[in-house]
Amino acid sequence: MPAWVRSGLLLLVALPLVACTGSQSALDPQALQSEQIRHTFIIFLGVSGIVWSCVIVVLGVGLLRRTRIGQAPLELRLPFEARAGRVILGLGATTTLIVLVLSFVSYAGQRSLFAKDPDALTLKIIGHQWWWEVRYKADSPHNSFTTANEIRIPVGKPVKVELESADVIHSFWVPSLTGKMDLITGQTNEIQFTARNPGIYRGQCAEFCGLQHAHMAFAAIALRPDEFERWREHENQSAVNPTAPLAKQGEELFRGRGCALCHTIRGTLAGGQLGPDLTHIGSRTTIAAGTLPRTPAALGAWIADPQHIKPGNLMPRMPLQSGELIAIIQYLEQLK
Amino acid sequence: MKQTIVRRVGELPTFGFGPQSGPWWGAMSFMALEGMGFAIAIGAYLYLYAVNPTWPIGASPPDLWPGTAETIIFLLSIIPNQYANRAAHQQDRHKVRVWLVVMSLIGIVLLILRGFEFAHLNTRWDNSAYGSVVWLILGLHTTHLATDLGDTIVLAVLMFTSHARPRRFSDVTDNVFYWNFVVIAWLPLYVLLDWVPRL
Amino acid sequence: MSMAAEQRDVRDDALHGLQLAARLESIWRTPPGLTGALMSVDHKVIGRRYIVTAFTFLVLGGLLAILMRIQLSGAENRLLSPDLYNQVFTMHGSTMMFLFAVPVMEAFAVYLVPLMVGTRNIAFPRLNAFSYWMFLFGGCFLWISFLFNVGPDVGWFAYTPLSSLQFNPSKRADVWAQMITFTEVAALAVAVEIIVTVFKQRAPGMTLDRIPLFVWSMLVTAFLVMFAMPSIMVASTTLILDRLVSTRFYDPSSGGNVLLWQHLFWFFGHPEVYIIFIPATGMVSMILATFARRPVIGYPVIVLSLIATGFLSFGLWVHHMFVTGLPHLAAGLFTASSMLIAVPSGLQIFCWIATLWDGRPVYRTPLLFVLGFIVIFVIGGLSGVMVASVPIDTQVHDTYFVVAHFHYVLIGGAVFPLVGAVYYWFPKICGRMLSERLGRWNFWLAFFGFNIAFFPMHILGLMGMPRRVYTYTLEMGWERLNLLSSVGAVMFALSFAVLLANAIYSLRKGTPANDNPWDASTLEWATASPPPPQNFDRIPIVTHREPLWADGDTLPVVAGLSAERREVLLTSLAEAEPQIREASPEPSIWPLLTAIATTIFFIGSIFTPWAVLWGTPPMAITLIGWFWPTGSKEDEE
Repeated sequence: MPAWVRSGLLLLVALPLVACTGSQSALDPQALQSEQIRHTFIIFLGVSGIVWSCVIVVLGVGLLRRTRIGQAPLELRLPFEARAGRVILGLGATTTLIVLVLSFVSYAGQRSLFAKDPDALTLKIIGHQWWWEVRYKADSPHNSFTTANEIRIPVGKPVKVELESADVIHSFWVPSLTGKMDLITGQTNEIQFTARNPGIYRGQCAEFCGLQHAHMAFAAIALRPDEFERWREHENQSAVNPTAPLAKQGEELFRGRGCALCHTIRGTLAGGQLGPDLTHIGSRTTIAAGTLPRTPAALGAWIADPQHIKPGNLMPRMPLQSGELIAIIQYLEQLK
Repeated sequence: MKQTIVRRVGELPTFGFGPQSGPWWGAMSFMALEGMGFAIAIGAYLYLYAVNPTWPIGASPPDLWPGTAETIIFLLSIIPNQYANRAAHQQDRHKVRVWLVVMSLIGIVLLILRGFEFAHLNTRWDNSAYGSVVWLILGLHTTHLATDLGDTIVLAVLMFTSHARPRRFSDVTDNVFYWNFVVIAWLPLYVLLDWVPRL
Repeated sequence: MSMAAEQRDVRDDALHGLQLAARLESIWRTPPGLTGALMSVDHKVIGRRYIVTAFTFLVLGGLLAILMRIQLSGAENRLLSPDLYNQVFTMHGSTMMFLFAVPVMEAFAVYLVPLMVGTRNIAFPRLNAFSYWMFLFGGCFLWISFLFNVGPDVGWFAYTPLSSLQFNPSKRADVWAQMITFTEVAALAVAVEIIVTVFKQRAPGMTLDRIPLFVWSMLVTAFLVMFAMPSIMVASTTLILDRLVSTRFYDPSSGGNVLLWQHLFWFFGHPEVYIIFIPATGMVSMILATFARRPVIGYPVIVLSLIATGFLSFGLWVHHMFVTGLPHLAAGLFTASSMLIAVPSGLQIFCWIATLWDGRPVYRTPLLFVLGFIVIFVIGGLSGVMVASVPIDTQVHDTYFVVAHFHYVLIGGAVFPLVGAVYYWFPKICGRMLSERLGRWNFWLAFFGFNIAFFPMHILGLMGMPRRVYTYTLEMGWERLNLLSSVGAVMFALSFAVLLANAIYSLRKGTPANDNPWDASTLEWATASPPPPQNFDRIPIVTHREPLWADGDTLPVVAGLSAERREVLLTSLAEAEPQIREASPEPSIWPLLTAIATTIFFIGSIFTPWAVLWGTPPMAITLIGWFWPTGSKEDEE
């Protein structure tokens, strides 16, 4: 592909970047858990504000007082020394009391934060350098499926996420939903949350995990329960067969040019395990682990030169004619 | 500032034994931090022991005889070590020489025995985390054994030269003290290495 | 025992005034020339080198910080590649913690503690020289590796398995781990020296309750070093072993455990914070007494707080691991223990404020920095209480909130007092006063620059910005605050440029300082500025906690020490009763040679395990050379 096409595609990517992600803020809680944490935080913030103000006021008054004029350093007033000692110890006792109370407030918050609901919807997330493998588990195997870099959850229903890592330590964090939890090599962790409102909430890896730690995001999409069921139903199915000629050509290229060695598209011969499952890539909101919006232009830019957008990631740059690139984009786009 | 002499210290000795002397506290500090090193290594062992469902991992426990023989010799070595201590306090150069030579020989025997101990651990360092941690702990203690042996030999040689001055006797007592530390540090390690895997 | 040999000695009571000073100076001075400089065992010479080297690393680490701030000042900046950015933040953290903050505190202790306790040299002066060389070589090793593009890129915490051979196949993680070994050896050596100096070399009469607070703080710090650093030594050794000879400590497929690393690292890493902070509180207490013109209120409270902080600091490491899936009750208990450390810290703050309350503050630059310290550090302490809470920590852990928090604690809590200390002790060390005018510029630039740089980071963290990201997209909405923070960072960096300019200017043109330019109370001010090689012509006798305020114009002193050879007075542990006139080592090249041998061994052993075989004999030989008596007067008593 000529350089000008590539840079043109990159330019196109840059334009629609806005609004492809939802909020990612601890200050904007959208779930029971994040609200609980904010509640605890506000209590701590209030106490801290009062303590700091008191310290500064006393310090200021102390500095402005005019004392000891003309006194030698060792001319001390013993009653003052004794009283100061008592005041200091009193303040020490007060500090102890404050931290004990705060410890209890914290522990209460912690208990409700980590309360477990046995009926929670369970999904498993496996961290990879630098993307998220997502597995929805159900009672029957035919109702379980794998996707990547995007989770969808029903509003109002507790969700349990089991966290594992395929390589180094990562951390699962959607601040609008709840606090973070690490994905640790050789161990399974668990986190639960219950979304309050429908919406798209951005999450991001919060434990340094190497070169592209900055580009390891994902979207958590909270849907109304009926929407969620519909989505799950659809996601569980195999990929749609391409009908348009260009898309068909794209499917062949996908197999022929090595894409299928790393990516799985259920229902086709593509069964690679190294990269994200792309069965329904056409209905996801982002690509490259939240790095770009899923638009044809962005897809093109990404496939044309993944190492420019996310240096160091595992996906190599494939030599493709621009026509071939467009066919592949077409194919992926229709994998709704 | 003006100065007034209010005290004379000219009659004080120029060296001392035990807590009076600086090097004793230095040795004490080094023992404390090295003891902490042993404690951390023991902690790592116990942590791995706790998180692993089987222990030892993919190996049988070490053979008992080298470690046990080592333990017995270590304990018995305290006796000649105390004789060295007494001789140093008495500033008896001849006896100090004898006991330092004896202690050097004991150290060499222990070091050789240590070789057998490694050979009878029944695991390699790269077999499993178990193998790694037992080699680490035994290696750590061997470093201490070798260091103190080196120190003992150097002191023994020193005692045969013209440098065998009174303050060197204080160094001998510090060496005695350090040897006791090496012995005492070994005891929990012996239990850990040879008996915990048999639990 | 026989005293015959000593009867021939010339003692200092036989000499007086300039004659005595000249005689002692000729015994204690560092030999001239380059070899002399390399042989020096004078704690003041080594302390000065230590301070200058540590500040050089501060400048280097600061430049890296500015690079990061430029990178983050706008969304999707491409100034630094992700690879370089990861090296830069790793180098920044490692340099600031291991090559600046810890060494600089030790450096001041190496210089000041012997003067404050009234002795002629630090205990184990050759070990002290060795310590400096190890620190220097370790720091150079790290930075030269960085310049050759093998700088570590795994964070200053080097979590496994990211730092394992599988995910870090080059030598980068080894460079990091071995740099740790260098600096730990250096730090442990200084810790032992400080402990023995404080225990055994205090001037007669300096009972435990008359020890200056900075010395107390360094004593507690030395114990922290002694008990915390072995943990990181075990950690870095096991990491190198995993990478070099395939041990399995951190390999989950063979029974290893990656969280073991975090436990070992933080068991050291949390006390590390107090290893940096406690000496700074000692500096604050000293500066405050002088500029509030009265003794610090609550001396016993402060000493007990220091000790309590030391103990408690070993019981909080788990709060760095709240999101690793620990049992909840355990995590809750570590919340309580972490918050509890606010109590001793708080008590110290109350004592200082009470001192200012009753004092008559003299607003010179050192005091300004102490006041800035109180304002900033209290914010850092309170945000520390927040992150100690498990629920809050799950949100702010590994975000810019934590970055803000620990810079408030470390810069506010340690660097502000440290810069104050530079202004305070510069005249003692260099013989000239720093400029007050530049000092004020320095302070206000630092105060506003710091807060502008770091306060917005609290908000950024709450807005979801994680740490250690080399870039972010525009729509995250983090750009404005990041830009503001970068502007503040540049201001803050400028304040250090002012400090440097002030130092260079004042070294040449500053007002010459007399022995005690601030009318302070402790013994380092009882000798010349800068002090002569022997520190004191006669060892002072201490009868009061604030000796120079209590003694008026005449210092009570001891006589009877040798004027023939290097001799220090050892005193008893609690009462500081004179016990022994002990010889103090002469200059020697062996510590340098030992450090070189050790350096070859350390660097060799990240490439091949056989370094243990060929690397130890040179070390053993140089050590024997070090300790073998040379037949000098010092050796043969």
